[in-house]
Amino acid sequence: MKKQLAILALISVTGIIFAAPQTFDFKDPKGINNAGFKLDAPLEAINGSASGVSGTVTFDPGNPGATQGKIIVATGSLMLPNPMQRQHMLGDKWLDATKFPEISFESKTFKNVQTAGDTTTADVTGTFTLKGVSKEITVPVKLTCLKDKLGDRVPNQKGDLLVIRASFTIKRGDFNIMPGQFEDKVSDAIEITLSIAGASPK
Amino acid sequence: MKKTLRLIAAILLGGSIIFWAAAGANRGWTKTRVPIKIVDAVTGLEGIQWQDKFVPGVDFLGVALLGAGVLAGISIFVPRKSEPPTIETEP
Repeated sequence: MKKQLAILALISVTGIIFAAPQTFDFKDPKGINNAGFKLDAPLEAINGSASGVSGTVTFDPGNPGATQGKIIVATGSLMLPNPMQRQHMLGDKWLDATKFPEISFESKTFKNVQTAGDTTTADVTGTFTLKGVSKEITVPVKLTCLKDKLGDRVPNQKGDLLVIRASFTIKRGDFNIMPGQFEDKVSDAIEITLSIAGASPK
Repeated sequence: MKKTLRLIAAILLGGSIIFWAAAGANRGWTKTRVPIKIVDAVTGLEGIQWQDKFVPGVDFLGVALLGAGVLAGISIFVPRKSEPPTIETEP
């Protein structure tokens, strides 16, 4: 009986340890993490990406709905194929990267949480901040927790990985980026795709 | 001189069109870097790396057309090469 109780206690403790919330750091040493953006205007399509991703997310595999975190993208890391276009984009009339060096999303609530295996999908409501303007938006996200896979990605490190994928659309006019101007060349709608992985070393 | 200017204009225009077409006939603005997709084997994430590469666009063609037009225009004002004077000899 004592032995059975001890085993039960051990299983419970192990379960608690595995279900404990983990903090994942999204600064990627491999430089894969990126946020893509696309503006499809009638006269011109603009495609770019940003690599300066950072931030932390606290994820509990036992309770994915309680996930909290903030992802930051350095405005200066936004890239375009044309250097003059990039210069204009980062300039004071458009994103004003000097004055507003960060674009961020901070989660508040998770809804419609569905978990299958190591993958969770949810609708995350949070605060999106761009050019100093903060707005509450809801973003569909897909989280994949890869247990003990950190070592496969970063040599000599043990731990877990959390992969986040999200696609959503914002309107630049809502964030005071030349509202109502040049919409034939620079679309008001900006499609954003987030593909990032965070590490939680043990 | 007139012929040389027109020949240079034609070569400039023709060469630019061939170069633009050979580089992928990009109908957007000229690019000096292109995105290269890389896949992370562990996470399956698609990352983007920017590689320096010159891809001429419609602005490149426009500049070439303008340059060729200027050269052709200048050639109009260049006087024709005058005929060498003939010396008449008495019989």
